[in-house]
Amino acid sequence: MAQSSEITQTAVEKSISAGPRPQLKILGILGLLIVACMVTAILSDRFTTPYNIENLIRRTALFGILSIGAAFVIIAGGIDLSIGSVVALTGCLLPWLVVQQKWPVGGALCAVLGLSLLIGLSHGLLITKLKIQPFIVTLCGLLLYRGLARGLTRDQTQGFENGFEQLRLLSTGKIAIPFVQGFLLPAPFVILLIVAALSAVILNQTIAGRYLRALGRNEQAARYSGINTDRMTILAYMMCSLLAGFGGLLFVLDVNSAQPSDFGNFYELYAIAAAVLGGCSLRGGEGTIIGVLIGTAVMQVLRNSITLLDIPTQMEFAIIGAVILAGVVADELITRWAARRRAVREAAA
Amino acid sequence: MTEAPTKIAPLLEVRGIGKRFFGVRALADVGLSLQRGEVLAVIGENGAGKSTLMKILAGVQKPDDGEILLDGHAVQLHSVADALGFGIALIHQELNLADNLDVGSNIFLGREPRRAGFIDKRRIYHDSSELLRRVGLPVSPRTIVETLSIGQQQMVEIAKAISVDARVLIMDEPTSSLSQGETEHLFRVVRDLRERGISVIYISHRLGEVKELADRVVVLRDGQNAGELTRGEIEHERMVKLMIGRDVSQFYQRAENTVGEIVLDVRELRTAAHPRHRLSFEVRSGEIVGVAGLVGAGRTEMLEALFGVAPPVGGTVQVAGKTVTPRSPRDAISAGIALVPEDRKQQGLILEMAISENLGLPSLRRTQRSGFLNHAEERTISRRMFGELNIRAAGDRQAVQFLSGGNQQKVVLGKWLAMAPRLLLMDEPTRGVDIGAKQEIYRIMEQLAANGVAILFVSSELEEIMGISDRALVMHEGRITGELARCEFSEEGIMRLATGGAQKAEKSLAGPE
Repeated sequence: MAQSSEITQTAVEKSISAGPRPQLKILGILGLLIVACMVTAILSDRFTTPYNIENLIRRTALFGILSIGAAFVIIAGGIDLSIGSVVALTGCLLPWLVVQQKWPVGGALCAVLGLSLLIGLSHGLLITKLKIQPFIVTLCGLLLYRGLARGLTRDQTQGFENGFEQLRLLSTGKIAIPFVQGFLLPAPFVILLIVAALSAVILNQTIAGRYLRALGRNEQAARYSGINTDRMTILAYMMCSLLAGFGGLLFVLDVNSAQPSDFGNFYELYAIAAAVLGGCSLRGGEGTIIGVLIGTAVMQVLRNSITLLDIPTQMEFAIIGAVILAGVVADELITRWAARRRAVREAAA
Repeated sequence: MTEAPTKIAPLLEVRGIGKRFFGVRALADVGLSLQRGEVLAVIGENGAGKSTLMKILAGVQKPDDGEILLDGHAVQLHSVADALGFGIALIHQELNLADNLDVGSNIFLGREPRRAGFIDKRRIYHDSSELLRRVGLPVSPRTIVETLSIGQQQMVEIAKAISVDARVLIMDEPTSSLSQGETEHLFRVVRDLRERGISVIYISHRLGEVKELADRVVVLRDGQNAGELTRGEIEHERMVKLMIGRDVSQFYQRAENTVGEIVLDVRELRTAAHPRHRLSFEVRSGEIVGVAGLVGAGRTEMLEALFGVAPPVGGTVQVAGKTVTPRSPRDAISAGIALVPEDRKQQGLILEMAISENLGLPSLRRTQRSGFLNHAEERTISRRMFGELNIRAAGDRQAVQFLSGGNQQKVVLGKWLAMAPRLLLMDEPTRGVDIGAKQEIYRIMEQLAANGVAILFVSSELEEIMGISDRALVMHEGRITGELARCEFSEEGIMRLATGGAQKAEKSLAGPE
């Protein structure tokens, strides 16, 4: 009794900062996804065509890979603004290397992915060893890699022309689903499932994942508990850049044309928005892979419906921005409501 | 309150105050009165309702029932501004200063004197100087608050309260992070305020201070009045008895014990904070060594050097005969060292995480199965610690932020006990912990020592040092100024060593640290 009265005074504020249980957030965002799909399906009969669904799944898969990368950094309490520029760099470099420089495909893939890891490593080192703020480091990255991509290619659009069909199947391939006629699963979706499954295992089943969450919440307490917080932070940035670079490859394999000046533009914002919509908190320590995937899907359904419903595409950003804002506000309101109920429940206990 | 009739109404009177949070009672029918120029101490265990009552008086919260009378007239306090308007000022336990601004700007924050639309800086600094003189703080009003010690910042808060002509000054745990010298200074200022007819409501856990300072004591227990003591009745045991509603032995006294071989051997250790001084001492198996000293004496820095948080810049450290170079907490932990840090919310715990996750955090590396979490082992550790330490919570899945201070501290202890350390370092192990939990923590420390763990702990509470240490080290300005065996303990002796001589005691307030 003596303690419960003290608890109640601040329980509500504390619960708000803790947020609701992850399951609740996932249900909320899943609800948003279903509503967005249903509204678009009712207003446009083109939404449910196999062609559109396939396309939607492909886009979701490609963006999902970027969002998972962003989620790692956000869960570790950081931010990465360079994702879109890394997409541009690897997306332009791969065709440039194999078409213009005649590199073997294997070598080019390794070089591009290795470069992505190196980018993540340098971000991590600058942030942990020199203590430069992540926002600044990755903002400079955003400018740097975009400029490099444009400089190396002399701003010429890069593509595979008509070659490299085999390789492009990674993004353009379709896989038949047993017992389902008239619908083929895009290959990137399978890749996404593998990436997502591995990421979920890392986050939930390994000590590295627990360390990342702990450090995202409270870096000092994590360090005082014997966690090598620098190493874990570097790991998160390397994951993010690797997935961004990998995503860049898949994007260019999909569309076969990368214009250095705008390929991957704003993709970091799509990735961060999807991660936040999917339940990652920019305060760190919070977030689930499944939530991030659903968040990505919501973003893509919105973009899809803007096209299908003949809304002027100039309005795209405004609509996406408004919907995300509404989602985050609703989340905050639900959180407060849940915190209030929890405080009452715990006070009564 | 009627047995001491006065001709004029008390300055402040509170009758039948009740407050509920979400249907749970925090205060019920609480009353108190405050005379002009009186220092009234309000004491009680954590959760007894002291803070709630003070927040009501300061207009931060509104009571559900009851009335507040000022000079015999009922008043409504809807906001902090209302309360200030009536001359009631609250100084929070965590000070509320903008530490990037200077002293003068803080004192007049939000009510800056203006001239032709611009802030009249000359007047701010002129008036501030006068106020600083009154609270005996010899710094310029242009000093940036950040550079002041906690004790000096508190004086700035008091100066601010005086500047609004406060008649009632409420101080919530004002000495919890002050050194002895700063505490004495604060007492002088409080007495001076009393002389000038300002009334002070003083909330404290430290009964020694209450005894020294208070004219009257009001005790709260479980949100109700538990009793009142007048000047002549204020005694340690009576206060404790009223606070907890039962008898306890006066203070924890450690039983005699035998110590084993040397576990920690420190030779000429130089910390980054005080590189000029060399620290040498040892702690034996089964021994509890207390480190006394003023805030800023370098005690925390010494523990942090040993634990690798701020690696030492010189000297040698041996743990159980092996030389250790603690460059990170990780190195220290590998050598069998654990640290219960000073700031448990920032350094000890990840508040949003479950009790079980906090308890298991340092052990993960040990229990892992090639990088994967070992859920079963984690659960075993958590259950064991949860039970052994008698952590009071709904279950080990609860987030630690909802626990009381004492139970949070037990979680910090538990996460290290699960590692079975050879050497346990503790920095202010019972700060912000109520009496019941304190006793439990002392028992745990004794139990560990009996099992052969070497314990080195820092405390600013003399009675704690004297109660549970086998031996005490005293530090002053980065040096170890003395070492006392249990039979040599005396308050005067320790204080003399801690202040480096009586004249120097004042120094802690005289300039920025």
